[in-house]
Amino acid sequence: MVTKFKEALNSGKFVVTSEIGPPKGTNIENMLHHIDLLKDKVDAMNVTDHQSSVMRFPSIGGCLSVRERGGEPILQMTCRDRNRLALQAELLFAYTRGVRNVLCLTGDAVPVGDHKEAKGVFDLDSSQLLRAIRQLESGKDLGGNDLDGAVEFCAGAIVTPEANPIEPQLIKFEKKVEAGAEFFQTQAIYDLDNFAKFMKYARKFPVKILAGIVLLTSARMAKYMTDNVPGIFVPQNLIDELAAAPKGEALKKGIEIAGRMIAALKKDSVCDGVHVMAIGKEEVVPEILAEAGL
Amino acid sequence: MKSITKQKPFEETKGQLDGLDRVFIIGCGTCTTMTKTGGRDEVLAMKEKLQELGKIVTGWTVIPTACDEMTEVAVKENNEAIGNSGCLLVMSCALGVHKVSSYLDKPVIPGVDTLFIGLEDEPGNFHEVCAQCGQCVLGETAGICPITACHKGLVNGPCGGTNRGKCEVDKEKDCAWTLIYQRLNAQGRLELMRKQQPPKNFQAAPRPRTVKIV
Repeated sequence: MVTKFKEALNSGKFVVTSEIGPPKGTNIENMLHHIDLLKDKVDAMNVTDHQSSVMRFPSIGGCLSVRERGGEPILQMTCRDRNRLALQAELLFAYTRGVRNVLCLTGDAVPVGDHKEAKGVFDLDSSQLLRAIRQLESGKDLGGNDLDGAVEFCAGAIVTPEANPIEPQLIKFEKKVEAGAEFFQTQAIYDLDNFAKFMKYARKFPVKILAGIVLLTSARMAKYMTDNVPGIFVPQNLIDELAAAPKGEALKKGIEIAGRMIAALKKDSVCDGVHVMAIGKEEVVPEILAEAGL
Repeated sequence: MKSITKQKPFEETKGQLDGLDRVFIIGCGTCTTMTKTGGRDEVLAMKEKLQELGKIVTGWTVIPTACDEMTEVAVKENNEAIGNSGCLLVMSCALGVHKVSSYLDKPVIPGVDTLFIGLEDEPGNFHEVCAQCGQCVLGETAGICPITACHKGLVNGPCGGTNRGKCEVDKEKDCAWTLIYQRLNAQGRLELMRKQQPPKNFQAAPRPRTVKIV
């Protein structure tokens, strides 16, 4: 599917996507504010789907808001909360409402979230969801039945370049490519040398790769992520740099680091673009992009 | 087969016995004896606790294997004491609870929660090995079951939540797909992991599942 986002991916320009986190509740003012702030500065906005298994306003709802306000949404879809009927139905709905980019995720486990006793569905996984999209595009549903009106999507997935061990993740990456992923947004990367190695491998495949940039807000947060978040490794020199920032200026330093990394990736054409995740600090994304010279 | 159980919190059992003051207790000599959740010692301890509550325990027995046909005989043997009771508290897995209740019209209250079918790896340590999904994939996963050993039951490889070979839901738990990768790699059969597995058939045998073996 040629969407505005897909056009950007194919244009050869350095693509920038960012992330919108829907609210817990019906007060969507802040979300709309973030959409307005970012819609003209990025090529597309991912809307998260109960991120970290925390119940929130739905991704599709956020995507409709992005559309209404003139932005380009990427619908994040996890397999955690819906079976194959519900996933397909939502794809049909998204298509009719102009939401044409989808990021397919397996989804975080239920117990890491805020409804710990809920049933995790996982009827499909991320690569099966990608195949489901391609099946719906062929005019048939997963049951093999004819659709009255098919869909077309620009579909993507995620990959973790810092995973340890990396080999099983790369096998999964290749399965996702084979299943029809057109683009990948990576888990946060901080070690540019290691990422360059990953890109050397990933360039063999006909997909676009957007490097995940997660804003570091303090040395403590950086250390916590390295120790606790799967697939994230923040090199010690960056932690030291944040720790050395004057009191009250760690966030400023984090913005500088993120901007610097984006500029370096762009300068050497390491990858096809970046996916900026400011997790709760969306209002500083324009500053990060300015710092990167974008 | 080992049915792994844990005793219900006593408060829950107490609540289920509310208004039922005459109780006959049944234990099982197989699985709940092994897991120390419904063998002779646990049945006697339960008897005391119920008596402390002021209940009358009209009798008790530990059936050798509560899920087999001998259960009918055991129920008949204890006909009088069971007849004097208002209900049965069954401290076997749910299979035994079903078996007992098929012979009696009295209320049958389970004393344990049936958790899974598992193996004992070291004394007192049980782990689930089979989800009885009806579509065994062990031949393609180096003998490690991703349906049970992976928290999400994934069939196409690891999720992004795996970290240094461990699972995102429990840092002590091995990531099933890392183990599968290592074993398939050692066997020179990694191509099996590259195979696109289709969505699982969750209706391989529609629930409730039955089978007639001729």
